[in-house]
Amino acid sequence: MEEFKTLIVILMSSVLVNNYVLNRFLGICPFLGVSKKINQAVGMGVSVTLVMLVATLATWPINEFVLERFGLEYLQTIVFILIIASLVQILEIVLKKFSPSLHQGLGVYLPLITTNCAVLGVCINNINDGYTFLQSVVSSLGCGLGFLLAMILFSGIRSRIDETEVPVFFRGVAITLIAASFISLAFMGFAGIVDNLFA
Amino acid sequence: MLIDILTALAVVVAVGLVFGILLALAVRFFYVEEDQTEVKIREALPGINCGACGFSGCAGYAKAMAKGEAKPNLCIPGAEGVAAVLGDILGVEVETPKDMIAFVHCNGTCEACPSMARYSGIATCRAGSMIYGGPKSCKYGCLGCGDCQSVCVANAICIENGVAIVNTERCVGCGLCIKECPKKLISMIPQEAATVVYCANKDKGADARKACKHACIGCKKCELTCPEKAIAVKNNCAVIDYEKCNGCGQCAEACPTECIKKVFFPDIPEGFDPFNK
Repeated sequence: MEEFKTLIVILMSSVLVNNYVLNRFLGICPFLGVSKKINQAVGMGVSVTLVMLVATLATWPINEFVLERFGLEYLQTIVFILIIASLVQILEIVLKKFSPSLHQGLGVYLPLITTNCAVLGVCINNINDGYTFLQSVVSSLGCGLGFLLAMILFSGIRSRIDETEVPVFFRGVAITLIAASFISLAFMGFAGIVDNLFA
Repeated sequence: MLIDILTALAVVVAVGLVFGILLALAVRFFYVEEDQTEVKIREALPGINCGACGFSGCAGYAKAMAKGEAKPNLCIPGAEGVAAVLGDILGVEVETPKDMIAFVHCNGTCEACPSMARYSGIATCRAGSMIYGGPKSCKYGCLGCGDCQSVCVANAICIENGVAIVNTERCVGCGLCIKECPKKLISMIPQEAATVVYCANKDKGADARKACKHACIGCKKCELTCPEKAIAVKNNCAVIDYEKCNGCGQCAEACPTECIKKVFFPDIPEGFDPFNK
């Protein structure tokens, strides 16, 4: 039961409190780049979630059984990048074979996230936080969902921005960044919510 | 010291090797047979995914062409050059596409189609149309805020007397305005088209007439007069089939509301050039 509670806390905190985009500022480039339309945002969000899960499934055991065993934790970054990049390629090939429709929906985004910092960040943070394998998987699922949530929210806001008359000097990137910082501020409000989840 | 470096090297090389082999195996075992003609066609297309061909991007068009469902002359940015290459790949004769230009199906000028409210919001058609369909009494008509004008790459659209007009000389047929118009009033017609329907109102005759003096009331007079059976009233609005139309102009004479016309442009006053404002 206690373990289950921990998992829930990890999930909630990675979706809301420690949202990768809005709180840790990782994965900003897809967040700003692909959030113009909601269907693209959802496609990107789902792809990132999938890749985060697969990456954690692969990197956690490798860290535990290979890197730590040889005392090579300092190689985490380079080894993880290697693993994630090739995993994403394999995932794309497998998707193309077994689910062409899913490949059509996500295929465009997969090559874009081969070296995404949010994916690498999740893998490294899971290990730094000392999570077990199950906890790592739940945490990466939460991070992916948090990314998806941020993408959907932001694409909604951006479509509203397109409909409004923005002062000339704010148009384009400026107003986008301002809007992004506002949702980031709003997500600050979730701080502390998880501590009292089971109080 | 040396052994540390060697272990690090060995581990990284091993991980790289394992994943490299996995990747090679994945490519080998999960290889998907791709239609080679489709690949060739996709490479021949410009790859800008403009969608002017009517398919979802260049890949979609290539797929349809490889299956033989689409003609090779639909790529507008590629023009004849690309069409010829595509014809070579497919081994078919390429018909030169007719020059198509955009046309705004509305003649609801300020006098003919009065405003029912004064709109002072954001000056775009898209924003205006969100408020009860816009200020005009006709819910199908051109709002005249110039959304199409602002996307036009050829500077070929002007707003004249509350209605957008496409300059037949300047229009390059890119179709960007078609996507932009919130009322879906613009369509492509052949450049040599002689008669055009200046209306898109789909209401019943009486309602349409009340909204605009120049509205199509769906009386079917044109349908009856046309010797080629090229004009038909669909959803209370006349539509011309340019494959059949011979440009005789009898429909224009028969039309009681002047919504079918032989000429393209309403008379523009002497010396007034809206395209050089």
